[in-house]
Amino acid sequence: MKITRKDVESVALLSRLEMDEAAMDKFTGQLNSILEYVDMLSKVDTEGVEPTAHVLNLKNVLRADAVKPSLPRELALSNAPEQEDGYFKVPKIMEG
Amino acid sequence: MELYKLSAHELRKKLQAKEVSAVEVAEAVYNRVDAVEDTVQAYISLTREAALAEARRVDEKIKTGQAILPLAGIPGALKDNICVKGTRTTCGSKILANYVPPYDATVTRKLAEQDTVIIGKANLDEFAMGSSTENSAFKVSRNPWDTDTVPGGSSGGSAAAVAAAEAVWALGSDTGGSIRLPAAFCGVVGLKPTYGRVSRYGLVAYASSLDQIGPITRDVTDCALVMNAIAGYDPLDSTSINAPTPDYTKALVPDIRGLKIGLPKEYFVAGMDPEVERAVYAAIEQLKALGAEYKEVSMPHTEYALATYYMVATAEASSNLARYVGVGFGYRGEGSDIIAMSKKSRTEGFGEEVRRRIMLGNYALSSGYYDAYYLKALKVRTLIKRDFDKAFEDVDVLAAPIAPTTAFKIGEKVDDPLAMYLQDVCTVPVNLAGVPAISLPCGFKDHMPIGLQIIGKPLGEETILRAAYAFEQNNDYYKRLAPLGRA
Repeated sequence: MKITRKDVESVALLSRLEMDEAAMDKFTGQLNSILEYVDMLSKVDTEGVEPTAHVLNLKNVLRADAVKPSLPRELALSNAPEQEDGYFKVPKIMEG
Repeated sequence: MELYKLSAHELRKKLQAKEVSAVEVAEAVYNRVDAVEDTVQAYISLTREAALAEARRVDEKIKTGQAILPLAGIPGALKDNICVKGTRTTCGSKILANYVPPYDATVTRKLAEQDTVIIGKANLDEFAMGSSTENSAFKVSRNPWDTDTVPGGSSGGSAAAVAAAEAVWALGSDTGGSIRLPAAFCGVVGLKPTYGRVSRYGLVAYASSLDQIGPITRDVTDCALVMNAIAGYDPLDSTSINAPTPDYTKALVPDIRGLKIGLPKEYFVAGMDPEVERAVYAAIEQLKALGAEYKEVSMPHTEYALATYYMVATAEASSNLARYVGVGFGYRGEGSDIIAMSKKSRTEGFGEEVRRRIMLGNYALSSGYYDAYYLKALKVRTLIKRDFDKAFEDVDVLAAPIAPTTAFKIGEKVDDPLAMYLQDVCTVPVNLAGVPAISLPCGFKDHMPIGLQIIGKPLGEETILRAAYAFEQNNDYYKRLAPLGRA
């Protein structure tokens, strides 16, 4: 077993996903078979090989620090599930 | 011949000669949609009013004697992960079911500047995650060559729309094969450009170091025309390549004498359908007969590409999709505090495959597994890219299959994620290396299309278009229309 049920439980929490018992069993099985397949990577000799996160050799692409038009507030809020007084509205985050 | 059956370049001639109007063309395509969409299920939404208004504007230009641009008045479809201001863009997901982008993707803006007509938004696997378009939250698209089979994915709606003549051209996106696989399964042409050649601004992100937008068309000429419209540097995409954009139609020369083709033997994987293998070899023989040279090349890390891809892509996806928590936009579930609300929004909003990939990605990135999975995959990615660099020291292009088989039956692989992933074994290395590749029809097995893949060097789109054009013009696959029935 590459990934235990307990791992699945903790990754689900990190992923902000809820899972019932049946889904937990199903995902444990499926993630295991995928990870067993992926395990072939451990056979590859990567000693001294640099990782490639990105194929283009780009670093810190910057633009001029100039003021430009941006989305009007109403448009930026137009897809909000809930809004109030020009802000996104969410359930209370802190106590008190 | 019915207007909807014509290619973009054929329609353009008719528009310029004033034989037809842009409104007539748009109406012909919508009549076709009305006739076959119940069978094909290619679209999530249709944008009829805006399309006809645009067609009228093009007609006005033609009437007043103004020059029209190459794709003016030519109806196309956009994969529904490409933002169009004011038009619902769902990404095939319940979580974005009501999302109306407040801005245009760069490709959308460029196509509007060309006066193209957008017929609608095409179906896809949710968040472009899948190889069959069965993962859409809205519908299962069908392969126009046999409606019991899948069109491939994730740009299955785009490819099915073009194959069924419900659109003259379409845009798809390709993260691990999502343009090329459906193009192959549906018998049309699909190009994944070099990473950075086409702006990703306004493309809903799946795996940012791999995603690339590209055309799906009925022939190679149309592919070049759409590339002319969408390629180029964009300051709004920090990974956009700042290089001049060629006129891709200049590459449409049916002459490949002296072209060096490499045949990577590792792409002919175990379990490949012998008839698919035969068709691909026959295509390569034909290219040779047309004057190309070919030799076998070895790309020894090919067998690790799929495992690498599923670590890199899911890791990037788990980060990209962390934004869907029901706050700024998208579906919101009920919850008394912010964590409960996030969980409900994501659990109810995401489909199973998306949840599986988020889980896999977060696992690969989590403390204790990062080095063994994610970092290891990035190192193997370097070796895969080196295989390409080395091969391209000796050859101009690589020729290979797109997939081990022709289109499979709907439902056949939905319960076996790994079997589904294995469809992408010949396409993912290209994304990991960031190089361009085209899929074009090279034969049939039991009436189902087979795709030939031609892979180029970085920014080598012109060379692969030339090879593809030479092959296409010496065959008649592109003239065949899908029957829209059951096999």
